[in-house]
Amino acid sequence: MEKRATFSKLWLGMLFVLPQMLLVFTFFYWPTGAALYWAFTLERPWGGGNEWVGLDNFRQVFADRAYWASITRSLIFAGTTTALSMGSGLLLALACDRGLKFRKAFQTLYVWPYAVVAPAAALAFRFIFAPEAGLFSLIAKSHPEVWNPTQNGYHAMAMVIFCYSWKYAGLCFIFFLAALQAIPRSVIEASALDGASVLRRARDIQIPLITPTIFFLIVISITDSFQDSFGIVDVMTDGGPAKATELMVYKIYFDGFRGLDYSGAAAQSIVLMFIMMALTFFQFRFIEKRVHYS
Amino acid sequence: MIEKTPYLNFATYLVLAFGAVMVLLPLWMVFVGASLTVREINTPEIHLIPGTHFFENVMAAWQRGHLGGRLFNSLVMSVGVATGKVVMSAITAFGLVYFRFPGRMLIFWLIFITLMLPLEVRIVPTYAVAANAFWPIQTLLDVIGLTDAVDYILGIRIGLEWNLLNSYTGLILPLIATATGTFLYRQFFLTVPDELLEAARMDGAGPFRFLAEFLVPLSRANMAALFTIMFLYAWNQYLWPLLATPDRAHFGTTAVVELKLLAPTVSTNGGGTPDWNVAMAGCLIVMLPPLIVVALMQRHFIRGLIATEK
Repeated sequence: MEKRATFSKLWLGMLFVLPQMLLVFTFFYWPTGAALYWAFTLERPWGGGNEWVGLDNFRQVFADRAYWASITRSLIFAGTTTALSMGSGLLLALACDRGLKFRKAFQTLYVWPYAVVAPAAALAFRFIFAPEAGLFSLIAKSHPEVWNPTQNGYHAMAMVIFCYSWKYAGLCFIFFLAALQAIPRSVIEASALDGASVLRRARDIQIPLITPTIFFLIVISITDSFQDSFGIVDVMTDGGPAKATELMVYKIYFDGFRGLDYSGAAAQSIVLMFIMMALTFFQFRFIEKRVHYS
Repeated sequence: MIEKTPYLNFATYLVLAFGAVMVLLPLWMVFVGASLTVREINTPEIHLIPGTHFFENVMAAWQRGHLGGRLFNSLVMSVGVATGKVVMSAITAFGLVYFRFPGRMLIFWLIFITLMLPLEVRIVPTYAVAANAFWPIQTLLDVIGLTDAVDYILGIRIGLEWNLLNSYTGLILPLIATATGTFLYRQFFLTVPDELLEAARMDGAGPFRFLAEFLVPLSRANMAALFTIMFLYAWNQYLWPLLATPDRAHFGTTAVVELKLLAPTVSTNGGGTPDWNVAMAGCLIVMLPPLIVVALMQRHFIRGLIATEK
């Protein structure tokens, strides 16, 4: 897509683009390059620059069972939060799209979780799920084995997943409702005249027509779950108990800034970059078809 | 609604009501928690009726968390990111769409790629860059030999250093260095009819005039949407401010990062039971500004969200 009419002072055009290029170079390309460099080198213990070590850092990272555990956890986290938030978002969007009374009020309400700051939501749910004071404190008191997220890793993970899904369901809701409302009313009415019930229409018309949105949301919720989970994990559990909620970004942060293992953290960053790039590539394949310049 | 379906309508309302409870109950519990005393809140029972100590707790949270200064930091950072992003995206997209200089497509792709890797992924080296923003330039000078040459000729060793940690610039710049808004604007500029530029040029308008008096007013809705989204995005940031503000005594940090310090965890002071009432009061204060922004700008917010994420 090109403009027919443009300005002729080309140096001016470059000047307009320059600030963004400088920023992107300094804060995107340089750090990304540095991560690559660190991933393949190791700082000499007596100082004096880095030593090329080839794939050693990666070998070390992949030999680490804790790293594989963090990958597994991140995948479980991505899968469950995507399913939970998309499922509830879709259900609520379908309910709102039926156009019953008070629809607008509910609609406004369901957007809220997305507007709540993630660490604040995390703190709120940490309180709500706290064994000493929250909603489950009575059970936690009499039967600590049933609910105790400060001691039990599985409970802690469930708590983090619930909090993240609660917040993310708001985003899914917004996208699903926008997609449902874009379906022409005539299609729905025609199928109603043909005798299709509300549920049948949802199953055979509405959901198939919003498949692009479903695919799109699957990909962005998975990528977002890798990056946005940090604040929630850090506030709720610190990655514990006993590393039970240590997700990939949390481990990079922990190894890099607490353990000062820059090369190990850089190698982990590169692995995560590859996962993210693969997912983003996948996403553009789907979205490309739907972007129209008109 | 096309046909009469009383049972299904009832079921739909049940779903809607359940959703509303799921949204409101946690927020209500935060409010109730913020209105109890320490002793009341640390009893194992379900707290659903508010107490009478709300303002006391809010004051305590305000003081303990230095929330006045922290909220100010958050505000400066969020407004800075949102403004910077709007301006930067507009001029970049303008340069890319309305000028045909060589290497334009390369630049387009170089900016495009930044969408792929969020800040969290390259966090460690970004921190190193923020500690000295001239590190890239210095290294380039070293590599092409300019540092040595100047040293040889003038006897001055070039040592550029610009520490961005504990500064608003450091909080803001890395968050602006992405392509999000640039594409929104590019898409919008491409829909502006060519005739508009031809007419403007015939009336003697140069590039600056055209940008300021034609494109900016036309893109006002986009601008509001992008501003709202970027404001919320910046307010929500956690990992970057956590790292970029190590000097808590002087510069402080953002309100969101401060939240964690209100409720001690294993890493902050060895655990123990937090003062939940004060923590919840702080939680409520930090939660409020974005909720207000969304309530006031709901239409722009939803529009911006759908436009930038796609």
